[in-house]
Amino acid sequence: MNSKRNNLLAVPYYLWIVLFVFAPLVLLLYQSFFDIQGNFTLNNYVNFFTSRNYLQMTASSFWYAFLVTLVTFVFAYPMAYFLTQTKYKRLWLMLIILPTWINLLLKTYAFIGLLGQTGPINEWLTSMGIGPVQLLFTDASFLLVATYIELPFMMLPIFNSIDEIPSSLMEASKDLGATQLETVRRVVFPLSMRGIRSGVQAVFIPSLSLFMLTRLIGGNRVITLGTAVEQHFLVTQNWGMGSTIGVILMISMVLVMFLTRDRKDKGALINE
Amino acid sequence: MNKSNFKWSNVYIVLMFVILYAPIFYLMFYSFNEGGDMTGFTGFTWEHYQTLFEDTRLITFIVNTFIVALLSALLATIIGTFGAIAIYYTRQKGRRQTILNLNNILMVTPDVMMGASFLILFSVLVPIQLGFASVLLAHVAFSIPIVVLMVLPRLYEMNPTMITAAQDLGASHSQILSRVILPSISSGILSGFFMAFTYSLDDFAVTFFVTGNGFSTLSVEVYSRARTGVSLEINALSTLMFLLALLLVSGYYTLQVSEQRRKAKLQKRHKAVLDI
Repeated sequence: MNSKRNNLLAVPYYLWIVLFVFAPLVLLLYQSFFDIQGNFTLNNYVNFFTSRNYLQMTASSFWYAFLVTLVTFVFAYPMAYFLTQTKYKRLWLMLIILPTWINLLLKTYAFIGLLGQTGPINEWLTSMGIGPVQLLFTDASFLLVATYIELPFMMLPIFNSIDEIPSSLMEASKDLGATQLETVRRVVFPLSMRGIRSGVQAVFIPSLSLFMLTRLIGGNRVITLGTAVEQHFLVTQNWGMGSTIGVILMISMVLVMFLTRDRKDKGALINE
Repeated sequence: MNKSNFKWSNVYIVLMFVILYAPIFYLMFYSFNEGGDMTGFTGFTWEHYQTLFEDTRLITFIVNTFIVALLSALLATIIGTFGAIAIYYTRQKGRRQTILNLNNILMVTPDVMMGASFLILFSVLVPIQLGFASVLLAHVAFSIPIVVLMVLPRLYEMNPTMITAAQDLGASHSQILSRVILPSISSGILSGFFMAFTYSLDDFAVTFFVTGNGFSTLSVEVYSRARTGVSLEINALSTLMFLLALLLVSGYYTLQVSEQRRKAKLQKRHKAVLDI
């Protein structure tokens, strides 16, 4: 097969790499060295690393992303494991995928109603005698909604990785006298590490930048790096500072990917 | 012991499904509420659906959303498929890996960052008016890597001797492409298109950054309406969107099931060969 012809047909694809993958990264880095008047400066970075505000925001961003990842993992793992044990598991899997295809904003909007002062949760609390409580615009509500939205994205890769484990391994473990809990701990869990890793990546990275949630549910109490980027680009028009935060966000993202990467060599050693 | 364990796991599954679906059904339930808000169901009505269909502004945005989703998925599928073929034919391992890494960058970039960097791109390097064109380009851009990731495994599953045979029989480049390669990766292309379509339909953050005045999509409009308060028109819209998602998911499910069957068939054949 003539590879020149193939490359010719792939010209739009290469053009895409240059224009939409490479150029935006370079432009982001470039923009981060300019202040709001368009002068070259390193001040944005100096600002970021000396401002208590920005550092605190970074810390809380990571803290919330970590919490969301942890909570989704705790709920998703048993669900994924139990589902692999059921009949018609493909169908159940589809039912988990279905909510991810409902627009994120619509789901967020549902929680505005659910958590509102006169919403069903507060109504129930009132009937219990606890009275209406401010649920919306709190840290907890942000955490709840973010967890709800990210839950399927944690479940899917874990489900797939558990599903790929040959059932003979679990049977062998059972035959050798392991309880179900031991089998999960010693056999299923280590072998599903890959799925856990991609689940963590699929949840942690978006959680750093859920700016619409911080606006609609968090009531601007929780400010993440994503919110700050949006603020600088679309409200205060300080693109330089926004880009600086963006560059820092990208670097931390690469770090997360690196830390959760698939260490194949090490895995091979353990297997041997 | 074992039996009681099994029951508990079922309780957990049901509970999780209830949690997953409760907010969605809550929205759908109140779309029929005669009262104006999402508390206290006072009576059944179609009124909100009527307002929804009479709201030309919202209808325009819905149409926009679908046009962008269809067009961007189509373009991304074409570009991504040829990109995947080119990656498949790249001989040098290092180069192939580099292209793949570049391909995956956008997959792991947070949406906000993608939106912000595209905004810089559209105002500096590719000076186009923010609006339909910029939104479409952005959607094509973030859909291409998905298509590549869906098509590439199908290419590696393809039997390479078929191409050699076609060459020996004197097929031209375009004949090999249209008669051998494209048919054998069609399922990958189809699921790539599907994924691209749903990604585009669901996107909010990127669109929010690159949309200008006058042009908007559904999620951006829902965002701005949700900031001003509850309107049951949005609930009615949710019901319709849920039904659509249900339709799409069942479509995807049948695709997957047929894929599963194809794989099972392949495996059977392999087994048959081994048995011989």
